[in-house]
Amino acid sequence: TRAFSESKKQNRIEKILVANRGEIACRITRTAKRLGIQTVAVFSDADKDALHVASADEAIRIGPPPPRLSYLNGTSIVNAAIRSGAQAIHPGYGFLSESAEFAQLCEDNGLTFIGPPVSAIRDMGDKSASKRIMGAAGVPLVPGYHGEEQDIEKMKLEADKIGYPILIKPTHGGGGKGMRIVNTTDEFTESFLAAQREAAASFGVDTILLEKYITRPRHIEVQIFGDKHGNVLHLYERDCSLQRRHQKIIEEAPAPNVSTDFRAHLGQAAVSAAKAVNYYNAGTVEFIVDTESGEFYFMEMNTRLQVEHPVTEMIVGQDLVEWQILVANGEALPLSQSQIPLSGHAFEGRIYAENVPKGFLPATGVLQHYHVPVSSTVRVDTGVKEGDTVSMHYDPMIAKLVVWGEDRAAALVKLKDSLSKFQVAGLPTNVNFLLKLANHRAFENGDVETHFIEKYKETLFVDANNSVSANEAYEAARRSASFVAACFIEKGHAILARNPPGGRSLLPIWYSSPPFRVHHQAKRIMELEWDNEYASGSPKILKLTITYHPDGKYLIETAGNGSPVLEVKATYVKDNYFRVEADGVINNVTVAVYSKDQIRHIHIWQGSCHHYFREKLGLELSKDEESQYKPKFETSANPQGTVIAPMAGLVVKVLVKNETRVEEGQPVLVLEAMKMEHVVKAPSSGYVHGLGVTAGEQVSDGSVLFSVKDQ
Amino acid sequence: MFGLIGRKANLLGGSGRRWLCLGATASNHGGAMENLVSELQAHVQNVLAGGGPDAVKRNKSRNKLLPRERIDRLLDPASSFLELSQLAGHELYEEPLPSAGIVTGIGPVHGRLCMFVANDPTVKGGTYYPITVKKHLRAQEIAAQCKLPCIYLVDSGGAFLPKQADVFPDRENFGRIFYNQAVMSAQGIPQIALVLGSCTAGGAYIPAMADESVMVKGNGTIFLAGPPLVKAATGEEVSAEDLGGATVHCKTSGVSDYFAQDELHGLAIGRNIIKNLHIAGNDVLANGLQNINYEYKEPLYDVKELRSIAPTDLKQQFDIRSVIDRIVDGSEFDEFKKLYGTTLVTGFAKIFGQPVGIIGNNGILFNESALKGAHFIELCTQRNIPLVFLQNITGFMVGSRSEANGIAKSGAKMVMAVSCAKVPKVTIIVGGSFGAGNYAMCGRAYSPNFLFLWPNARISVMGGAQAAGVLAQIEKGNKKRQGIQWNKEEEEKFKTKVLEAYEREGSPYYSTARLWDDGIIDPADTRKIIGLCISSSLNRAPENTKYGVFRM
Repeated sequence: TRAFSESKKQNRIEKILVANRGEIACRITRTAKRLGIQTVAVFSDADKDALHVASADEAIRIGPPPPRLSYLNGTSIVNAAIRSGAQAIHPGYGFLSESAEFAQLCEDNGLTFIGPPVSAIRDMGDKSASKRIMGAAGVPLVPGYHGEEQDIEKMKLEADKIGYPILIKPTHGGGGKGMRIVNTTDEFTESFLAAQREAAASFGVDTILLEKYITRPRHIEVQIFGDKHGNVLHLYERDCSLQRRHQKIIEEAPAPNVSTDFRAHLGQAAVSAAKAVNYYNAGTVEFIVDTESGEFYFMEMNTRLQVEHPVTEMIVGQDLVEWQILVANGEALPLSQSQIPLSGHAFEGRIYAENVPKGFLPATGVLQHYHVPVSSTVRVDTGVKEGDTVSMHYDPMIAKLVVWGEDRAAALVKLKDSLSKFQVAGLPTNVNFLLKLANHRAFENGDVETHFIEKYKETLFVDANNSVSANEAYEAARRSASFVAACFIEKGHAILARNPPGGRSLLPIWYSSPPFRVHHQAKRIMELEWDNEYASGSPKILKLTITYHPDGKYLIETAGNGSPVLEVKATYVKDNYFRVEADGVINNVTVAVYSKDQIRHIHIWQGSCHHYFREKLGLELSKDEESQYKPKFETSANPQGTVIAPMAGLVVKVLVKNETRVEEGQPVLVLEAMKMEHVVKAPSSGYVHGLGVTAGEQVSDGSVLFSVKDQ
Repeated sequence: MFGLIGRKANLLGGSGRRWLCLGATASNHGGAMENLVSELQAHVQNVLAGGGPDAVKRNKSRNKLLPRERIDRLLDPASSFLELSQLAGHELYEEPLPSAGIVTGIGPVHGRLCMFVANDPTVKGGTYYPITVKKHLRAQEIAAQCKLPCIYLVDSGGAFLPKQADVFPDRENFGRIFYNQAVMSAQGIPQIALVLGSCTAGGAYIPAMADESVMVKGNGTIFLAGPPLVKAATGEEVSAEDLGGATVHCKTSGVSDYFAQDELHGLAIGRNIIKNLHIAGNDVLANGLQNINYEYKEPLYDVKELRSIAPTDLKQQFDIRSVIDRIVDGSEFDEFKKLYGTTLVTGFAKIFGQPVGIIGNNGILFNESALKGAHFIELCTQRNIPLVFLQNITGFMVGSRSEANGIAKSGAKMVMAVSCAKVPKVTIIVGGSFGAGNYAMCGRAYSPNFLFLWPNARISVMGGAQAAGVLAQIEKGNKKRQGIQWNKEEEEKFKTKVLEAYEREGSPYYSTARLWDDGIIDPADTRKIIGLCISSSLNRAPENTKYGVFRM
């Protein structure tokens, strides 16, 4: 009878509005399309031409670029859903995905919120409340303070009680925003206030909780799923220990070096946690695992589909978005706990636009070249395409690279291969860094923990004074530079052949390849600037002399070092792709080139090698190159003591006034970009001058903020 | 292999074209020509090094590039450059004068062909020897003939004073350079000067006479008299930069128009000037490319085989068609009047899609051959088809029968036709070039747009042996009149002396050193060079030909 009554009252979803952007919006749209469900995208003014807009059946503008005016504006999203006739809203992750108010708003407007019940979101959204509920349900908790009283002195006392190190966390929110580790009582006040401020800015609530800080923790989370019939099951765990700035960068499923017993316990605990809040739809229960003791504690529950859900999908062979829609339709879960397969191993690498050497600072720019490897076991979830801009308005994640293998070792091989073929030019990314992580012995062994990067920083970040590596790096760069030269010239000829400068008025023989010279061979000179990360100091100049050989080869000499002449034959395939032959070895080579600020930026990928070179352009520029963006500020031209914005962002707080005395390292102002706070400190002791920015002002990358002078 | 393919294609096409398989001929003379080519390339390698390592180093220390490097940076990237007379000045003076101290040639800038004239400051400070002047003037002559914008890369100390008498006063001397600039400018042929180094005395007029000029800060100076001469003349003490640097001339005097921060900047400005040449509504430079087919077939035979076709011993005859087969598109050559006057081969073909009329020698010119040649030239001028002369000629037939038949009259007809033909003419001397044959086959005196030699070429009024014979006979007669008995040994000695002189003076190096030609080329480059020459010559609007009185 139940089945009968349900089929009467529940209409199936036929049209979904995806209240998100980027890769997750694209990913949800993909599943919806496969199920024959129509999709509606929403977009801010910054995203009008974004991939998620193009891939949906229809798209509706919801406001200007700042998230609070668009993607966080629940009312305009609900209005959009009503306008479009969608029956359901999928919130994705981030933005409104964990807003109980928004879920309520959807319900009030007769829209299905594809996610958990409002009550569960509310319960789990408050970290202190969630811990109380979990404690009551018998889920183990990290020792800590989750009290209402937020007085600094009281908090300080509680911290002493738990014992340092202590973790300070906003009760609301997630993603590591506003979190601080405090090692001693002295640091407590500053960190506490900063966390409060960031919490208030990000989540609108500034309550803070304290926890014991586990020194060698692993972050293991369990994917759970529930339906509206009271069924809850888990889809095994993910290990998300590899983090930087408290944000995950490599996730895997299942967790390595974990016994079946432990897995079962963890799964059970997660299911209990979900049941304690009458959970349905997709959720994740996060645990912190103390590697020293083997204990695990409940950290929090994320009441949404997680960024890293694809690794789970890969090992269980299910589409979690499909499950979400199923559950939202009121159907029962398609499998029982015992039916859920655990097959192979999957990794996810998050590709961010970020500046790794500058402490993973978010970066912005145009994807001048973007090529991703895809196969039946390599999946790339992306929200951008070549030519798109990664702006400062939103998360700088470019894509998620997900690979699957029979076992962890097999998956790791694929991860490395795919990373080396993941080509991005136009902005700095963490691809090389991920590759280093993937190649790290400890990672290969599965010895992961959340402090992994900090612990192995000496091997992960290069030693700038290692001459052996420096020489090896130089040789590799020299070879790559030679390939660049050959490909560059070869492509130039291909273009000339198709489109000679003289048009039809000049015979093409003037541009034949190789160029004709009487009794000698034509030569070209190329000077490529290259940063040897193994050698400190200014960029190295590789001066190449390229001689056209009559048979179409290039003889390439590098000035200095008595390097041998390299004979290179390049064949232009198409776009940025080439076949290059040197020393009897033929390689597939990709060379991406773009010009900006009178500099030609050149990226080359070849095998597992990726190099980046710059070439100064002459004073003669073609028209389209001239129309390129010109920098307003030349950083190197600024006098000593000048502080420039390390990234584009919003000034959140200005801490000192002009003409005041500051000590070296003293915070002067706080910038926020990509939802991260960044404290700009005095570079030296002295007096602050030229501080013209005020809170709420937007500053651009490289603009002068202030200077510190002796007087 | 290629020969076979050629024959097959012909059988299939059945067009009546003639295909030759010259495999056998190809291997016969191989070694000797290869040696000549290697020798030639060795000579060229020498001159490419400029004025030697010290001078080159000094040049570099002043942030200056070598002339060919400068040209490379002005040219469109990856474009070809037709350099002229690389070996001018070869063993001409006591001291070596690589490339006569000046690099000239043709190449495209922003898709427009230009004539480059670049002083080599590493060779005698870029000063003008008599041969330097001659090479400069020759470049201007070609530019005027082909209507090519001229780019002067000036870096010269002016006339080479010890030889001033051979440099300064005559009609075809230094002053003619500026005269040419004025006349070309008047004809709408742009004259651009880039002052990359010193530009003293008479040289100062090169930028001053130019339509537009660029000066490089620090290196470029222009003055009628340098600081030492100024001090001697007026007692004024002044530095070169203050006297005639870029600042003075771009800001105060107005002698120069563009101020360049450094040499690369100057060269970039130079490219920009050419980019901005906008010659609208002026058909002086409108080219005659309308009928050109941009799709072309390579010859069926390897052009490299040209190195083994011509015998180095000029007494051996070879079929000029074997050369034609290797230079024309698809080896397709449609012969005109094939069965008549067979010692002159005439016919139509295309080179890189450009229609050409080819005239080649297959032996001595007879009456019929000369008449056929004149006829063919008329055909080509009528239809505005460029002419290619492939010279391998010992001369017109001599003897009573020939004279009686009016060989002089027939030869005159051909010479008249060659002289008056206003279509582009390119001459390649692929063997001997003797006597009036040189004239009828468009020798230097007939102003072909371009003239090149193969390394086996010989140029003289007659063959050395013949000359020795003639001279020996005359000498013998003289001696006899004086009652002196000439013994065999002395006669041989006399003949050897004449032979040696002819050997030396008939050599392609002797010719090219004196600019009787535009360079000695590798036979394998013949097709390419003819193609570039014709293309350069077609840079202007076609001209109508008017002939003089043909003696009938």
